[in-house]
Amino acid sequence: MRALRSPGLWLALALTAAAGAWPYFTGSASNREVAFTILLSVALASSLNILLGYTGYVSFGHIVFYGLGGYMGIYLLSERGVSLWLAVLAGGAIAGLLALLLGASILRLRGAYFALATIGVNEAARAFINNFQPFGGPIGMTLNFRLYDHYGGAARALWMVYGVMLGLTLLVILVSYLVKNSKFGLGLLAIRENEDAAEIMGVTAPQAKTWAYVLSAIFPGMIGVLFFFKNGNIEPHDAFRLHLSIEMIVMVMLGGYGTVLGPVLGAAGYQRLRGMLLVSPIFKNIQLAVAGGLLLIIVLFVPAGAVGWLRHRVPVLRKVLE
Amino acid sequence: MKRLSWTVLSLLAILALVLAACGGGAPAEEAAPTEAPSSGVSEEPAPATEAPGAPEAKEVTLKIGFTASVTGKYEVSSAAQVNGLKLWMDSVNEAGGIELSDGTVVTFDYIFYDDESNKERVQELYTRLATEDNADLLISPYSSGLTAAAAVIAEQYGKVMITTGAASDSTYQQGYTHVFQAYTPASRYLTGAVDLLASLDPNVTKVALVYENSKFSTSVVTAARDYAEAQGYEVVLFEGYDPETADFAPFINKIEAAGPDAILGGGHRVDGKAFAKQLYEKGTPIKFFALLVAPPEPEFAELGDAAVGVIGPSQWEPLAAFTPASAEAIGATWLGPLGNEFVSAFEAAYGDEPSYHAAGGYAAGLILEGAIRSADSTDPEAILAALNGMDLMTFYGHIKFDTSPENHGLQIGHSMVYIQWQRDASGNLVKQVVWPKEGATAEAIYPIR
Amino acid sequence: MSDILLPSLVDGLLLGFVYGIAAMGLSLIWGVMDVINLSHGPIIALGMFGIYLIFTNTGLNPYLALFVVALAGLLLGMIIYGVAVHRVIDAPHLSTLLATFSVNMIIIGIGTALLTTTPRNIDFTLGSLSVGPITVPWTRVAAAFATMLVTGLLYLFLYVSRPGKYIRAVANNRVAAELMGIPSARILALSFGLGTMLAAIAGGLIATFFPFTILSGGSYELKSFVICVLGGLGNPLGALFGGLILGGLEGLTPAFMPTTWVPVLEFGLFVLILLVRPSGLLGSKS
Repeated sequence: MRALRSPGLWLALALTAAAGAWPYFTGSASNREVAFTILLSVALASSLNILLGYTGYVSFGHIVFYGLGGYMGIYLLSERGVSLWLAVLAGGAIAGLLALLLGASILRLRGAYFALATIGVNEAARAFINNFQPFGGPIGMTLNFRLYDHYGGAARALWMVYGVMLGLTLLVILVSYLVKNSKFGLGLLAIRENEDAAEIMGVTAPQAKTWAYVLSAIFPGMIGVLFFFKNGNIEPHDAFRLHLSIEMIVMVMLGGYGTVLGPVLGAAGYQRLRGMLLVSPIFKNIQLAVAGGLLLIIVLFVPAGAVGWLRHRVPVLRKVLE
Repeated sequence: MKRLSWTVLSLLAILALVLAACGGGAPAEEAAPTEAPSSGVSEEPAPATEAPGAPEAKEVTLKIGFTASVTGKYEVSSAAQVNGLKLWMDSVNEAGGIELSDGTVVTFDYIFYDDESNKERVQELYTRLATEDNADLLISPYSSGLTAAAAVIAEQYGKVMITTGAASDSTYQQGYTHVFQAYTPASRYLTGAVDLLASLDPNVTKVALVYENSKFSTSVVTAARDYAEAQGYEVVLFEGYDPETADFAPFINKIEAAGPDAILGGGHRVDGKAFAKQLYEKGTPIKFFALLVAPPEPEFAELGDAAVGVIGPSQWEPLAAFTPASAEAIGATWLGPLGNEFVSAFEAAYGDEPSYHAAGGYAAGLILEGAIRSADSTDPEAILAALNGMDLMTFYGHIKFDTSPENHGLQIGHSMVYIQWQRDASGNLVKQVVWPKEGATAEAIYPIR
Repeated sequence: MSDILLPSLVDGLLLGFVYGIAAMGLSLIWGVMDVINLSHGPIIALGMFGIYLIFTNTGLNPYLALFVVALAGLLLGMIIYGVAVHRVIDAPHLSTLLATFSVNMIIIGIGTALLTTTPRNIDFTLGSLSVGPITVPWTRVAAAFATMLVTGLLYLFLYVSRPGKYIRAVANNRVAAELMGIPSARILALSFGLGTMLAAIAGGLIATFFPFTILSGGSYELKSFVICVLGGLGNPLGALFGGLILGGLEGLTPAFMPTTWVPVLEFGLFVLILLVRPSGLLGSKS
């Protein structure tokens, strides 16, 4: 476990933990909500990065795992009365299972074909859930307020969900780091650079890709359960919002894809920025356009993202920034 | 492969640890504000206030917090709702605020954020409103979905929230005690149209219920189906369509094959408009056509001939004539302007005729005002008690809330009016109220084709 | 049952032409420069508003207004290419996807602020055509004819004119084309412009028979993906056939199952075809 001594990992974890602890110090629920949105994005972006950043496969519909996990979890919580912990694990499991099944099929597609297929999977899932009566069809499911009493009332429940979210986010970062620095991860990076060459060099590409896909799907599934538990209800168009999927990619790109720290910074930066634009009197009417303009500038001029750019420009930092 | 499964296993173990750790370690939240028994002061009789030279008038400004959909699909309806609310606030503040019997003058201020018509940030923003911005009272966002997310937060911080622009019944079946609905709930949205049909033509038996496959319209139409069947109608088609649908032609062919005399249903603005237009172009032989949400909107007139005869449920119409006399008739308290006063004030302020979303926004304000007046206090618990006991009549109609634990906060006083697009003498398209009979401004056209 | 199959098939096929022309724009851009244009949907919506604004303000016949909208679409596309795409044309797919997606965000952001999301409708009608059990509005028939005309002109342009031949050369092998002295940057801009022009025309045609908002383009963008995969990415004529298949499918499906299942079927089929035959039902080996 020599890898665990790397400063890059600890930097990413320390930054996240420090930011995540901030609401605990201030005791402010408003800070907690802001931090929750940021942690949610960090965790989603970091898990997407395991596939997108390391193998180079662009999953445009990654949100399908979040939505499906969320649905599974809320179904178990509200219709079957299981505990939140079990629901979270089940959400992750069903997402991982879907990824395993999909991985065996659509991961054969390369480049833009794969990207399109993931969009198709997400849209098909949304349309299916919209017709699937056990999950409430178009009406979705709503959690009874009394459910929060099992967790010490709504106020405590929301703090608890936040705590779990923080733990999960740190875990995602750790996993992301461990994958990158393992032999498995090197295989993924080889696939990203040149899949055919990687196969010749002895990487079992289909298996490696599938496991990367599964890993990057499990966490969004668990996060979905947490989010919709906090939210109190779930509907198909909220659970499978393609736009959120694309935002995840944007976050990874902003920070620098294929790095451990990048998605963390990218997600936090993106959410802070959007949060600021939303409440800014000047920009709030055109905040979407402003965000689009900024994204364009970054894609055109800083394609490696913040962390990639720093690593390139300041070689000293390469040891610290993973 | 062996290594990998080992990794996965250890991950799960770590995760279990983390979960366990967090389960026990959630910090104690600050004392729940609902429990604080800060009332009582205002309950004291205060005879001194009437006397000249009473203690200096205390001024209290209550902050009303909400999110609005400045961007995204709900933008138009949400903007109307906010305009209505602002109009109410301006009129109260310009009149010098609400004077309570202890001499306190209550004025209002508002604070709001853009929720982008999606749920992701609603809770973050409402928490901010409730804690950081210290909003005293909350108004819901537009739409049932966003409101459901906001209600959790309102309940959690014990803030009173008046919901408007949110008709779904389910939000009021979750055990909330601080959430009150201004709209007629979805379960009673289309039932009046069934009554109207029965009064127009007792011989009609076959109806088709077609609806957008989304939360709101599905709940409306399901309730309408049960009601229609109980009235002895034969529902020949009960089918949804995808929310993204633009082309209704194949669906209309299917409806025609089922041979209904009347069609009820619809969804939201875009699909409703498309449906009405294509139903007209197809020349489908129906006698009665009631559609959700789209018809009361002024831009529905852009459909021209296709709009003629279309009936739509509306929470409120400018022509509705509720008066202090109608309040007296049912023993309710009257509050606020008359309908025509509201309309002219709205037109003076914003330049166009108010839609029912705007009236709903204004009504949400009136509900708060009525509660504060009858509580004679700004104390949250007293306001809550006043809302529970509210029996109010306004230009928007009757307001009364269900107080049973199963449906707490559900609107039971207000009911829908039904409009129909008709041509007036000079051939212009106008909306006429055709149901209920006592509020009707014109006879319904029947059959429409 | 059988009495609704024929009318529904006709309805679906007529609409399929318009789906086809929208997808053709996406397909052309993909074929020439390997870029999936994620600003496709908003451009379709701009085409709708172009016709709406011209018609409501000047009363000009929508089919004449279509020429203005087409020209504007061409110019807009060339500008988008120059500003957002050219710099990343050789970068990995992700860059062009994100670049065009940011254009999408900009158009939707400004469009919502200026045009609001009120559903708009062009009160323009040509009446309906009735043949036996079939009743179709003439606007849909006209749209099908317009699509065939535009497709014909596009192929004439690609196969007869010099810039058209250049486009095919660049699509075939950009490096070789550049070696032959073809100004590839300008040709790529022209191709992108043609792609957005087709999208704008599709939007304009749709606006003559469906109400719309600035967000309405999104579902046509998704349908365009499905169609491109059906017809083979990068094959404009295939896109037209793909559009007809999708239109026919949308028309016939409601006769056999609840209408809400249409999208499930559509996207399920989409994924299936990608898996079984990524080059499209009609596509050649890429």
